[in-house]
Amino acid sequence: MTLTVLYAILFYVAAIVFIGGVARKIYIYAKTPAPLKIPTTPAPITKPGVAWRIIKEITVFESLFKSNKWIWIFGWLFHFGLLLVLLRHLRYFIEPTWFWIDLIQPFGKYASIAMVVGLLGLWARRFLVDRIRYISSPSDHLMLLLLISIGVTGMLMTFFIPINIVALKGFIMGLMTFDFKPLPASPILMIHLALIIVLMVIFPISKLLHAPGLFFAPTRNQRDNPREQRHVQGWSAEGQQ
Amino acid sequence: MAKDTVTAPKYREFREIPVIVEGAMAESKPYAAKPAHQESVGFPGELVDNWQNVAVKKLGELVSESRALQVFLDTCVKCGACTDKCHYYIGTQDPNNMPVARQDLLRKVYRRHYTFAGKYFPKLVGALDFTEEVRDLWYSYFHQCSQCRRCSVFCPYGIDTAEISMAGREVLDSIGVGQKYCNEILGKVHKIGNNLGLPEPALVDTLEGLEEDLEEDTGHKIRVPVDEKGAEVLLITPSADFFAEPHIDGLMGYAKVFHQAGISWTLSSYASEAANFSMFIGSHENLKKAAMRIREAAIELGVKRIVVGECGHAWRVAYSFWNTLIGPFDFLDKKYPSPSHICEVTYDLLQKGAIKLDPEANDHRIITFHDSCNVSRASRMGDMPGGQFIIPRALLKAAANNFYDMAPETIHENTFCCGGGGGLLTDELMDLRVKGALPRMEALAEVVEKYDVNTLVAICAICKTQFAKVLPYYQFPMDMITSLHQVVGDAIILGENH
Repeated sequence: MTLTVLYAILFYVAAIVFIGGVARKIYIYAKTPAPLKIPTTPAPITKPGVAWRIIKEITVFESLFKSNKWIWIFGWLFHFGLLLVLLRHLRYFIEPTWFWIDLIQPFGKYASIAMVVGLLGLWARRFLVDRIRYISSPSDHLMLLLLISIGVTGMLMTFFIPINIVALKGFIMGLMTFDFKPLPASPILMIHLALIIVLMVIFPISKLLHAPGLFFAPTRNQRDNPREQRHVQGWSAEGQQ
Repeated sequence: MAKDTVTAPKYREFREIPVIVEGAMAESKPYAAKPAHQESVGFPGELVDNWQNVAVKKLGELVSESRALQVFLDTCVKCGACTDKCHYYIGTQDPNNMPVARQDLLRKVYRRHYTFAGKYFPKLVGALDFTEEVRDLWYSYFHQCSQCRRCSVFCPYGIDTAEISMAGREVLDSIGVGQKYCNEILGKVHKIGNNLGLPEPALVDTLEGLEEDLEEDTGHKIRVPVDEKGAEVLLITPSADFFAEPHIDGLMGYAKVFHQAGISWTLSSYASEAANFSMFIGSHENLKKAAMRIREAAIELGVKRIVVGECGHAWRVAYSFWNTLIGPFDFLDKKYPSPSHICEVTYDLLQKGAIKLDPEANDHRIITFHDSCNVSRASRMGDMPGGQFIIPRALLKAAANNFYDMAPETIHENTFCCGGGGGLLTDELMDLRVKGALPRMEALAEVVEKYDVNTLVAICAICKTQFAKVLPYYQFPMDMITSLHQVVGDAIILGENH
């Protein structure tokens, strides 16, 4: 019972920090002016062109693909695996579950392997490649450790030590509807959830901000039209009629 | 540094990524600006009291004024994709020349003072106070970045190290630690109108001499006018075009094109400089002030078009920033893009048949083309993305029969900097410049070997000067470097149309 209360409180705090912190950062990115046109060219001339450029960056990591195939394959495995795993977890938040969430359950299950393999590959590079070893801080290693631990504890429950997922869903739905239900007693689940709480809390103060940040990078989201359309913003707009 | 102490690094046999050598370039730094240079561009003459706090405050201001900085300082995940992309890293092996490490020099200080993690857990996230040691690292390594943006092409988040090194230099300037080369030159632009400090009478005299040379060479009265009111075109070109080799041959090429097309044009003695080194030091006050001379000159002379000569960073400033800084250009002819690049003008005339080229005139040349970084990754020519690669090559192919591109991973948006851009074209940085040219020289050596290339064409004043200096270190003749409009000028058929 005390554990249920503790986790319930921690989840509320984490949710507030996560949503509030990320929203605050997005607000700062959006309101900070971009005084000059600095798209990395060749850049799209039209708005749909810019949208397409960003869609390619998000879905297939286009620039990274051009850059380094090893980082690309591990990075993409991790992110795509994570996406499927997150979609699979939607079943804990929605009742009745949508049919496509049921449909992807097996894929989400095995995607966890891709996710952890990708993370291990990225981590290996931090030790094996002298250049990446040089630029890694303790926080870079800890971030990977955290993500891998979340993945591995999740996989343990999925593949080896099943937990009462009906009760877990009751607990989570209870948090969302303020109709509290007990958290099933499972040490691995406790660890899994505690790590997720840590991840949520550090998201807005860490490099995980690359997710919202990508949408705001002027080098990627600006149109190449400085001659056709006059651009003024921030200091460059001062003193303009 | 004297020539004998500088040697070129060896070509890499399989283009392997070099291993890191910590501190390899720690001693490299440009001469410090003197108080007079600093004050001429609005910065304190010498190191201010309480410089740590002044610098940290300035950094915070710069970040709050720039979405690019705000985002770039947060989003790097240290994936390492950029680590082998910088020509200075490839040439020097110094890990601080990896783009991410260069950014981190600034990011660490930003984190320490402006982020939760850096304030409370500095060791964990690698945050640092702005100490004298860190200040020296900034001065050394922000002056080992040519702001070429190659790393930004490859970064999955579009992080542009140029923006970071510009900010770093501006913070240093604001506490009185400026770089002599950029700030002295910029002071001359504000005072006299060009990087050389060439006053009007000397400019007029030089241009008259040029007209005589042109008449002697061609038998045609080709003009190089200055301050002629009512001309159709104001040509803004780097002042190196007035005296340096091979730049001056490019200027004669522009003159031939205008002459043959029957376009009246003029230079301005007041705005006699396309270069704007303010960009290199990240100072937008100076950027605007230097650019404003051009608007003033264009209005004073009553021209209809502004055309920019062969200069890389100047074309970035003109193409990407002029409309913002000194626009709107509602006083110019709307039929033409404002500003236009000289290559766009020549290409357009060629398409219309207003000029004709005889490629056989260049049969002694076997040509390759060096894409300049600011033209490639920070601007455009023509009306479609990538026109900046297509138009210069189309001109070269129309003006010559022998053209061969270098390896695809070293041209277009993947181009390697000449090694001298971004305000580093100064003799005391010769070691850095020679090493930074390595990847470009490797690609050049390949086409020399394969196709007997004997002419390296560029459309940037800095590239031309840098190559003229650096080619001999790699056993190439210095006169291999040629202006694009020299090739055009040699092929142009004069006289028939009128």
